[in-house]
Amino acid sequence: IKNKKNISLPISRVRLIMKSSPDVSSINQDALFLTTKATELFVQHLAMSSFNNGAGKETNSLSYSDLAHTAEETETFHFLTDILPKKILARDYLKSLEQMQEEDADF
Amino acid sequence: MAERPEDLNLPNAVITRIIKEALPDGVNVSKEARRAISQAASVFVLYATSCANNFAMKAKRKTLNAGDVLAAMEEMEFERFLEPLREALEVYKKGQKGKKEVSEQKRKDKEKKADSENDKSREDEEEEEEERMEEEPEAENEAEEEEVEN
Repeated sequence: IKNKKNISLPISRVRLIMKSSPDVSSINQDALFLTTKATELFVQHLAMSSFNNGAGKETNSLSYSDLAHTAEETETFHFLTDILPKKILARDYLKSLEQMQEEDADF
Repeated sequence: MAERPEDLNLPNAVITRIIKEALPDGVNVSKEARRAISQAASVFVLYATSCANNFAMKAKRKTLNAGDVLAAMEEMEFERFLEPLREALEVYKKGQKGKKEVSEQKRKDKEKKADSENDKSREDEEEEEEERMEEEPEAENEAEEEEVEN
């Protein structure tokens, strides 16, 4: 089943984001279209990869941690690791902090 | 020309729809996951733009074109996108041409009424329109350049 409309994302919004990039003067119509289309393909690809590689697959769900996991594991998604950091529970973090303090105290 | 943070985000409804269509039926996507994918998509646009712009600058051009974007995809190791992108671009270009033909046609119908005459002149028009199509985007972008300088 193909969409009658070639793309769903609004080109104007994509253009706004592109223009916020430094050094970019102008963008021709075809480039604008391609970037919009590529972004849609990217969303599909990220969602599918994260679902297929993620723990959520067993429960038929997609969660944030599936995304963070995929960003770390898959090279093409490495550029996302800053905005999709892995999360740890606060109490685990505090525990590891305590352990570090104890180790320091031994010295 | 201040940009509000929301403006650099993509519409949630559309992102959600694209995700749903990509996954098998019935998969539960958390709100947090949806938001993260939306942000990732914005970052993708920035990364792709920056990459494409490098190619344009190397070629000493100020205007990003289709070739730059395709080269960027390859550079970013998203070769899997290349074929669907090229196909989509073909359809898009035909659509753009079609729109022009429709408005040209409407104009001509007002002037002439005979159908056979219209068929013949439409063929001649197609060649002219191809050239015009290339010129127009540049004209639009020149207007954009003025904006940036301000």
